[in-house]
Amino acid sequence: MADTTPDAKPQAGPKLRASNVDFFYGKFQALHNISIDFPENKITALIGPSGCGKSTFLRTLNRINDTIRGARATGEVVLDGENIMEGDVTELRRRVGMVFQRPNPFPKSIFDNIAYGVRINGMARRGQIHEVVERSLRRAALWEEVKDKLNKSAYALSGGQQQRLCIARALAVDPEVLLLDEPCSALDPIATSKIEELLLGIKEQCTLIIVTHNMQQAARVADFTGFFLLGKLIEVNKTDIIFKTPAKKETEDYITGRFG
Amino acid sequence: MAPSVPVRARTSFRNVRGGDQIAYLITFLFAASILLVTVLLIFELWVKSKLAIHQFGFSFLWTSTWDPVEGQFGALPFIYGTIVTSILGLLISVPLGVGAAIYLSELAPPRVSNALTFLVELLAAVPSVVFGLLAIFALVPAMRLYVQPALIRAFGWSPFFKGPAYGVGVLTASMVLAIMMFPYIISISREALMQVPREQREAALALGATRWEATWDAVVPFARLGIVGSVFLSLARALGETMAVTMVIGNDPRIASSILAPGYTIAAVIANEFSEATSDIHQSALVALGLVLFMITIILNGLGQLLLVLTAKPGTAK
Amino acid sequence: MTLRRLWRKAVNDVMLTMTGICAVLTASALFFILGYLIWNGSTSLDWNFFTKLPLSPGESGGGMANAIVGSAKIVFLGALIGVPVGFVAGVFLSEFSGKTLANTIRFTADLLNGVPSIVIGILAWALIVVPTRHFSAWAGGFALSLMVIPVTLRATEQFLGQVPLSLREGALALGASKWKSVATVVVPAARTGIMTGIILGVARISGETAPLLFTALNNQYWSKGFNEPTASLPVMIYNRAISAFDDFHRQAWAAGLVLLALVLVANIAARMVLAKGAAAHRG
Repeated sequence: MADTTPDAKPQAGPKLRASNVDFFYGKFQALHNISIDFPENKITALIGPSGCGKSTFLRTLNRINDTIRGARATGEVVLDGENIMEGDVTELRRRVGMVFQRPNPFPKSIFDNIAYGVRINGMARRGQIHEVVERSLRRAALWEEVKDKLNKSAYALSGGQQQRLCIARALAVDPEVLLLDEPCSALDPIATSKIEELLLGIKEQCTLIIVTHNMQQAARVADFTGFFLLGKLIEVNKTDIIFKTPAKKETEDYITGRFG
Repeated sequence: MAPSVPVRARTSFRNVRGGDQIAYLITFLFAASILLVTVLLIFELWVKSKLAIHQFGFSFLWTSTWDPVEGQFGALPFIYGTIVTSILGLLISVPLGVGAAIYLSELAPPRVSNALTFLVELLAAVPSVVFGLLAIFALVPAMRLYVQPALIRAFGWSPFFKGPAYGVGVLTASMVLAIMMFPYIISISREALMQVPREQREAALALGATRWEATWDAVVPFARLGIVGSVFLSLARALGETMAVTMVIGNDPRIASSILAPGYTIAAVIANEFSEATSDIHQSALVALGLVLFMITIILNGLGQLLLVLTAKPGTAK
Repeated sequence: MTLRRLWRKAVNDVMLTMTGICAVLTASALFFILGYLIWNGSTSLDWNFFTKLPLSPGESGGGMANAIVGSAKIVFLGALIGVPVGFVAGVFLSEFSGKTLANTIRFTADLLNGVPSIVIGILAWALIVVPTRHFSAWAGGFALSLMVIPVTLRATEQFLGQVPLSLREGALALGASKWKSVATVVVPAARTGIMTGIILGVARISGETAPLLFTALNNQYWSKGFNEPTASLPVMIYNRAISAFDDFHRQAWAAGLVLLALVLVANIAARMVLAKGAAAHRG
């Protein structure tokens, strides 16, 4: 059973709340009874050893697992009071954005990559798109580096730049929640720290949930941290508490490096 | 003493001895014969067409008279017919084929996809003459009685759909070619689409795209080199198609703007006239036509293969 | 839902359905063809078809025995010449050759594969019919052999390449020379795949018409030996189909059914064997 004791209770309830979520790949149960709250405008990190289900859980939050054959989720995930497990999935995904483990820009120009989400969701008139693109690139700390080459292919950028491009692309559709699935695992330390820095800036307007296998990263950026093991949520609390005085033995073993 | 084994089990001629040397030579000779035959092909095409090329020069390519009796030979009607039927065939088969490939690679459950793909690929094994047989007795009457009259009624005011409704003709031949091109377009495009990394589709979906939008805007563009490659390769096959075309195109060496009119292709005229060519110049003109066809298909095949090779290289989606 | 959202959903549903229709349509073409042939051809298939010579139109009881035998002769010649060449060349490419030479030969074989069959016919005509001054099964067989070489080569090279290094090294470590290890260990290991490739190639050439039109030509009677114009099933089908006589049309249907049945059976069997082999290879 999960321990959910965040210190300051958010005024209007958590931005996103998962209740009793189970997840199956065919017959295999990957997630067992996950219940967790994600406070608004805070960064929550999900940590745990490889294969513990943290990525699977993240992907249920924007239902991107729906595209996998034989995948099935039960339980409730409530965003601002609405259960997102039913209902229009495309609107959900505009409100809950995702950045993936490896940068995956489209084979288009930098500009068109960012404009894509804006265009298909009809979020801006022709003239405004340029504004939106610039704003998103600034939030992702990439504007200065690419402002002169918006028409170049996205593949001309370095790995770290491509990932910031993907963040900008996700931000362009103005999501309320941003899911990040080990966003720095394919990047070098300098690129990683650039991204961690900009995440701290983004959280003012967005609730961030980040899956990471790097505990130091969680300690650096996250307000809250949840520890997953073998498909169960062992413990979730303020990051300080998790890392300094964890309540469960399994958490302590993982933190101190006894496994994983 | 154990011989040293190279990483890729190949052996250069200098390193082998005795029996292996003979084996190398024999296998080499067989392989070299392929080179020889290809050189012979180009050589014979060149030599046997020299007579016609000498007599007509480059104007052979844009003269439109084909008169064995008078000894006047021009390739234009056949080049025209070949290109028009193939392009029209592409116009029909590419949308249908790419659409089917999209369904089979992105949307269908794996077992359905494999079963349908198997059926489509078997289509490639059907002999051309069998296609022609069906075309003559099933397609042509349908064209003559229903499709062509309807087209004439609807579009007869334009120069492209002027009657009469013969049944045979350029459009009919294009339709048969389209069906014959399906397996190539579908099979190769499907492969190209299946190689697109999952993250591309997921990236689009994560921005709120519908399934179709994600497929059309993210997956298909990523695979475009492979899809275009499949088009080139199918086009190359269509250009060389002989039997099915000659059975339904009407075999009339004229250049008409109407696609309901009869026409002629390079392959068809060679098939019909070669064994009974009346004079050396006639024969030579036919070989010259064969040379033209040969060159066009080589170039298209080369381009198609090149595109497919490029898709196999990582990170070349742009 | 907003209007825009409704529109996007509608487009989504329509396009997804249409692609499904495209897939079903193209896949069903085969059934349509087979069905039509069975419908029209099975009634004309009788004992006479397989045993009698063609008769003049109007005379009933004729058949295509000479075309069946003729096809067998020509395809046999084509395979006899083409399969060994393709196979041994494949062995060279896979086991002995250096990289550049292998690429050159492979490129050339692909080139040959892409040449329209009618142009292959021109080559066979130029090399055999012209010097010998007559049409023959040799010329037809030669033309077909040129078409079976690239297919055989590709299959041989592909399946030899799949034989694991451990097997090769095992043979060499026992003291076998290179060519012995190839002949006794590597090739047998790849034989299923290579055989299926050969079957597919032979099935393909048995349906070819264009390269035979001015090499083997046609024959309304039996042809003695391999040096005379020879009837073949595909050419007969063509011949009868474009004729003006209903009787001949019926025979064309029957022959078409026989030809298609042969080709499809060979293809389905070969593919199933290949699929099983591929699954075993993976698993």
